[in-house]
Amino acid sequence: MTGAVATNETILVVGGGISGVTAALEVAECGKDVVLVEKNPSLGGRVSQLYKYFPKLCFPTCGMEINLRRIRANKRLRVLTMAEVDKVEGRPGDYTVTIRLSPRYVNENCTACGACAEVVGTEIDNPFNYNLSKMKAVYLPFNMAYPQRYVIDPSIIGTPEADKAKAACKYDAIDLGMKEQTMTLKVGAIVWATGWRPYDAAKIQPYGYDRYDNVVTSVEFERMMDPFGPTAGKLLRPSDGKEAKHVAFIQCAGSRDRNHLTHCSRICCMASLKQSTYVNEQFGDQAESTIYYIDIRAIDRLEDFYQKVLANPTVKFVKSKVANITEDRDSGDVILHGVDTEGYHRYDNRHDLCVLAIGMEPSVDARGIPGGVHADASGFIEADAANGAIFGAGCATNALDVNRAVQSATAASLRAIQVINKVSGAEV
Amino acid sequence: MSELNKVMVEKYRNDFLKEVEANVEEGNWVKMCMQCGVCSGSCPFGPYWEHPPQELFMMIRAGKREEVLASESMWMCTSCYNCIVRCPRELPITHIMHGLANYAHRLGIAPKMNPTRRFAKLFWENIIKGGRVNELKLSIGLYFMDGFSNGVKKGLEMLPVGLGMFKTGRLNPFGLLSGGKCKGAGDIHKMLKKAKEIENRRKGFAP
Repeated sequence: MTGAVATNETILVVGGGISGVTAALEVAECGKDVVLVEKNPSLGGRVSQLYKYFPKLCFPTCGMEINLRRIRANKRLRVLTMAEVDKVEGRPGDYTVTIRLSPRYVNENCTACGACAEVVGTEIDNPFNYNLSKMKAVYLPFNMAYPQRYVIDPSIIGTPEADKAKAACKYDAIDLGMKEQTMTLKVGAIVWATGWRPYDAAKIQPYGYDRYDNVVTSVEFERMMDPFGPTAGKLLRPSDGKEAKHVAFIQCAGSRDRNHLTHCSRICCMASLKQSTYVNEQFGDQAESTIYYIDIRAIDRLEDFYQKVLANPTVKFVKSKVANITEDRDSGDVILHGVDTEGYHRYDNRHDLCVLAIGMEPSVDARGIPGGVHADASGFIEADAANGAIFGAGCATNALDVNRAVQSATAASLRAIQVINKVSGAEV
Repeated sequence: MSELNKVMVEKYRNDFLKEVEANVEEGNWVKMCMQCGVCSGSCPFGPYWEHPPQELFMMIRAGKREEVLASESMWMCTSCYNCIVRCPRELPITHIMHGLANYAHRLGIAPKMNPTRRFAKLFWENIIKGGRVNELKLSIGLYFMDGFSNGVKKGLEMLPVGLGMFKTGRLNPFGLLSGGKCKGAGDIHKMLKKAKEIENRRKGFAP
């Protein structure tokens, strides 16, 4: 794969999440050459870790399947996984990019038969499940991973475990001698779509994410609903595996807060409204969700979804930012303390599980992006003429939901195409 | 109604928020409150306040002048700073509480019998007299704040503590007579007088 040929008419897309995949496909389907670079062993990004989308409550696996089919069908698109951009030099229409490829220890011969994983005993944290579960140190990142190829965790390289895996492979797909490689590419324009990561919940000290088992983040809650997730699709709370019927959702956990992220993360209101439907999905009328909020930000057509949840008698809304959380040691229940704004009533409410609607921060701070781009105060990429032909897309530019991230990616790919057309002289 | 209070009512008429912004320490922050309620929920004295800070801010914006300034609530603040640390908009809530209390006191409409106000007065009068706190006079003044018999009762209650302090040299019984002034107390009085003049001028209070 290091032989990937690129010219200054090629577009580089950095990040293989929903925005990067969209941008790469849009560009490739317009007849331009694209190299898509992804840091992880598989494409898909955070969207592939969601159980359902709002507002339609459909499954992201469906869109993922369509996108993968488009990728496989397109000859102009090359995908590099386990690859990171180290350096960007040059100017619009003529960039030289240095890419570092981490060793996967598994080559193209892999058929994803899984024989290697069967013989290996070592287990490591599973990042796809936000480390809520363990997986074998030889693994397929998730069922729909692309490429469908196993990965060997570097921690077992040089141990007998790695040799066992190699011996189990019938296809000569394991190459334990793989080394980190560096390659340089010539590209004309760059779409930067490195996405977001959840804010570190442990930093919100009064909520005790690091102290209480039954305080989880919204992204972890998504994984609990997945049939292949850490609880096999059941809403079981981490402390004792009890069914979590009484669920509290805390909005603006880390967002709109000068002690944490100053921006509004935009997706969290809708995410919690959506997740309240999960509780009903599991427990019907026995479900009891409480959403603690400052104000609900469901804009445009998403307001309809909010109205539907408002009408649901099993969902309660408390207008208040929770002051702090304590734990009842005997039962493991979490107790939320605060004062509500509608009447100033003091409350100490007991719940089985508390979900922090965690804020979104850029996974790569725009101030540190190679090549240099304009960054806003939160570290998102800001569109600026000085960025040259490096265009931000998706959550690297702002806190966006999937719908808006895809729109942003399409817009970025159009700008990249304009640069390439200028280079090739196709522009009139 | 004090003269100053009349002036302020006339000056700001229907806009109490503006009055607070102009006259209360850190009062210009009040409009920044987004009513999330973290301050009220974080206050260790929360259950004992009639109006928690978040509600006071809303009352200011709603123009409830009398209710706010005559309230005992802001006098409850113990300066633990929990609210300031947690406020998502970094409002200096503790300072605003003290600012409100101080302003109400200046206008002469703070609750007369509020113990915090009375102790603060006692402390202030004590410290400015000699430029140094006379602890013996302060504590005796505090005991007798609620009448003679109460004072005797409290004094007897605290007697063992007082004797212990005396034995270890932490309490000088002659403090009652000596006054314990620092050197140049007269200069301190001059400085305080000047500071008050400057403050009055800056805040537009009558001298």
